[in-house]
Amino acid sequence: MRWGIGRHRYRLEPGLYAAGTPGSASPVLVTANYKMTFDALRGELGGLDAWILVLETDGINVWCAAGKGTFGTEEVVRRVKTTRLAAVVNHGRLILPQLGATGVAAHRVREECGFSVVYGPVRARDIRRFLDQGMEATPEMRRVSFPLFERLALTPVELVGFLKPSAWAFLVLFLLAGVGPQVFSPSAAWHRGLWASGVWLAGILGGAVVTPVLLPWLPGRAFSGKGGLVGGFFAACTVAVWWGGLGVLPGLALLLGLPAISSFAAMNYTGATPFTSPSGVESEMRRAIPLQAAAAALAGVLWIGSAFTG
Amino acid sequence: MEGLRYIEGVATLRLDEAACVGCRMCETVCPHGVFAVERGKARILDKEVCMECGACAKNCPSDALSVNPGVGCASYVIRSWIGGSKSFCTC
Repeated sequence: MRWGIGRHRYRLEPGLYAAGTPGSASPVLVTANYKMTFDALRGELGGLDAWILVLETDGINVWCAAGKGTFGTEEVVRRVKTTRLAAVVNHGRLILPQLGATGVAAHRVREECGFSVVYGPVRARDIRRFLDQGMEATPEMRRVSFPLFERLALTPVELVGFLKPSAWAFLVLFLLAGVGPQVFSPSAAWHRGLWASGVWLAGILGGAVVTPVLLPWLPGRAFSGKGGLVGGFFAACTVAVWWGGLGVLPGLALLLGLPAISSFAAMNYTGATPFTSPSGVESEMRRAIPLQAAAAALAGVLWIGSAFTG
Repeated sequence: MEGLRYIEGVATLRLDEAACVGCRMCETVCPHGVFAVERGKARILDKEVCMECGACAKNCPSDALSVNPGVGCASYVIRSWIGGSKSFCTC
């Protein structure tokens, strides 16, 4: 599931669900129809009696759906009406996950269906405590965090995202690898292509796995910079170990190419984090993409050139 | 946020203090603790941790807050460069 495979089977029917045996005074918790989200919430309720109002978010989690607007004001209002919630509970109150606030305007929900919106904690695991404390969240419940486990849990889906680009990259690399003094050499295509594909993979792993894990400890703010450092470190280690067998031009190509790939892959990870602003990502991309492209192009020229000078 | 901070000086968040009614909604919904409400008015404590999710502006009943909302995601930015569609994310 964490690999993003079969994700579309993970949706459930929107509507009103009962946890335990709720009555007219029981709280109404609003959530997305992504099964992982729903199960996490239900699991945290323990023996508590509550209504769960599941919105149609196309099987997408609260945060992402709120960003898209599917977990939004209109859907809340629509679901309150279609489930006739006003006849089920007597308190006129909905508890929404805090991260749903990006898509929902509490005051408009109230205007349009009479239900008042209370924002609960960010994480489902705090919902019991929130309810027990009379719907009061501590500041800690209101903040997002991004600990090591979560950073790591989001890397598989990043890797899957690079499958298709990687297939194209391998094709291009194997073809370019064969280019040489004899126009095209199948044996060079194989050997040099394998090597170049290894560099590509190291770059992706550096940017999409190692950089996320080391995120707080890598210097700088820009993800592209952090990824470039990791790639540069990989390349420098390889060069240090294999300098003799590598040659000057392929060595330089490696020192430029690997950081470029790793930098790009790391920049892509911004989307998985809960603290990068679109203005920040855009500003870093404007600076980083020309550098990444230049480094990759120069690496390509040096690498192809090395076939003619070898 | 365990020392995780992002690029500074770019967030588009604006607060119009005169329009603020002190309802505390921004303080509640912000996942990074950007706001504090004191003496009936919201104040921006740390603008640089704003990730422009738009929750505060969306839930501000008096339109005192504005932000250019979006997703801080490289592929989203690329898509907005190409297509101009600002509401599409693959997550």
